[in-house]
Amino acid sequence: MAMNFSENADRMDVRYVAGLARIALSDEEAAQLQGQLDDILAFVGELKTLEVEGVEATDVAGEAQNAMREDEPQAGLPREAALANAPLARHGQIVVPKVVE
Amino acid sequence: MSADLCELGFLEAADALAKGQMTSAELTAALLARAEQLEPALNALTWRDAEAAQAAAKAADEARAAGDERPLLGVPIAIKDLLNVKGQPCTAGSNILKGYTAPYDATVIERLRAAGCVFISRTNTDEFAMGGSTETSAYGTTRNPWDPERVPGGSSGGSAAAVAARLAPAALASDTGGSIRQPAAFCGVTGLKPTYGRVSRYGCTAFASSLDQVGPMARTVEDAAAVYQVIAGLDSHDSTTSARPVGDCLADVRAAADLKGVRLGLPKEYFAEGLDPEVERLTRAAVEQCRELGAEIVDVDLPHSRYGIACYYILAPAEASANLARYDGVRYGFRAGAEELQEMYEKTRAQGFGAEVKRRVILGTYVLSSGFHDAYYLRAQKVRTLIRGDFDRAFRQCDAIIGPVTPTAAFRVGEKSADPVQMYLGDIFTVNVNLAGICGLSVPCGFTAAGLPAGLHVVGPAFEDARVLTIGAAYQHSTDWHKKQPEI
Repeated sequence: MAMNFSENADRMDVRYVAGLARIALSDEEAAQLQGQLDDILAFVGELKTLEVEGVEATDVAGEAQNAMREDEPQAGLPREAALANAPLARHGQIVVPKVVE
Repeated sequence: MSADLCELGFLEAADALAKGQMTSAELTAALLARAEQLEPALNALTWRDAEAAQAAAKAADEARAAGDERPLLGVPIAIKDLLNVKGQPCTAGSNILKGYTAPYDATVIERLRAAGCVFISRTNTDEFAMGGSTETSAYGTTRNPWDPERVPGGSSGGSAAAVAARLAPAALASDTGGSIRQPAAFCGVTGLKPTYGRVSRYGCTAFASSLDQVGPMARTVEDAAAVYQVIAGLDSHDSTTSARPVGDCLADVRAAADLKGVRLGLPKEYFAEGLDPEVERLTRAAVEQCRELGAEIVDVDLPHSRYGIACYYILAPAEASANLARYDGVRYGFRAGAEELQEMYEKTRAQGFGAEVKRRVILGTYVLSSGFHDAYYLRAQKVRTLIRGDFDRAFRQCDAIIGPVTPTAAFRVGEKSADPVQMYLGDIFTVNVNLAGICGLSVPCGFTAAGLPAGLHVVGPAFEDARVLTIGAAYQHSTDWHKKQPEI
């Protein structure tokens, strides 16, 4: 398999990553983003100078913990209200381009 | 008369309504007339509907006439265009959500609605709250009321400018890395970033969920506290909200007159290279003022603070890349025409998102991708632990930490938009508060020679929001920086 990223971990293949993020890029955009993202990665790469061996990772700060409540049915958005913002809806459902041939 | 009504603060307006000195319809009309006069040059608002606001104000007046005595009945408030207000647009400053109408109220809106507030307008924001200047908004830049050539800060620049320019007595905003405190400092208003878990984010368009927090902006600490009291507290729709009681701090905030017995920590790391000399002078003068009010000033160390921005610009984009995956043109918002589904996603996101959002989503996708996750994302989460540890240790020596909110006063429109790293560095004093999940307040502390406001940062431990409000109020009561108003 071809390398998806350049050999240097700090220089990303912008087009490949944009594809993962489902964002189409023009050549001009890709070139501009490449430079900016190189700068940003060089900047955040500063963290590599810190010793973090044995440090626990924080995902959410504070006292957040699993919150449980009674499993009781509650009213959600009515279908019409949920569909009102859909770009295209028909027969009470959202219409999208054909996925399966 | 109508110009005077716009001068009223949030609690002053509540008081005047209760005493029958004016009606909500009169106040609302005055504020809307002022918006008519100052917009679109100021560009603080993304939306307003005079007819709907007047109808809500009239309904409040009728309820009052019928004996309704809710203290905030009929008081107008502006809402950042990131929070869902049922029946109003909610675009997050993005083309991808143009045309979207909120089908429900955010929890904070539900609470303000129950209190009787009138939702008078929606305020401009950087796209999906990603930015420090409002320049990334699809609606264009908001102008700083103190100098239209300068940015109001961001992302809540619209809320800050609207409050400073007297388009609303208070506003709701959100803060992921400084988005309430930095624009508050740039526009000379008061803004609170509550403790993570103190205010519900249900119905707030998600940016980085481990950092986002909703909070108030107003012209006084009292007014910010009054809004905070309404919106804070447990919400079954946001599992990160705490069950700890919110309490009532308004009496303490109002009475705050001195800082006797209060220990304030001064981190030397906040007075280092990069801090504008004028902002430093104003901050140091504010520290002296706190000392005169009786505070004991102690030196504290936050040795990892310089890593905060790098840490934040890994974690926040990572979370954003996941949160913004929902904007795919399927269920709501903009959809680009395409023959095939994958193409529809890619074109919708290409045309719907602006440059800064694309930059952050791509960066976030990268730092989470296989092979790079541990080097970037996991490492940043560990650095986050070190930053939290700094604050834990500092708060053993002091009740709150004070310092500058921003390294400079408001910069010029366009000055930093070509260089993302320079823009990101503006968050240097604010991001660590979000990373640690604690609370921070920005209160006006003077003006530069060019007449631009600066803010004093009061940072407190988790769930000590009432403490930072009370300390901020004691300082504010001894100054009149917050009473100055821009000539626009």
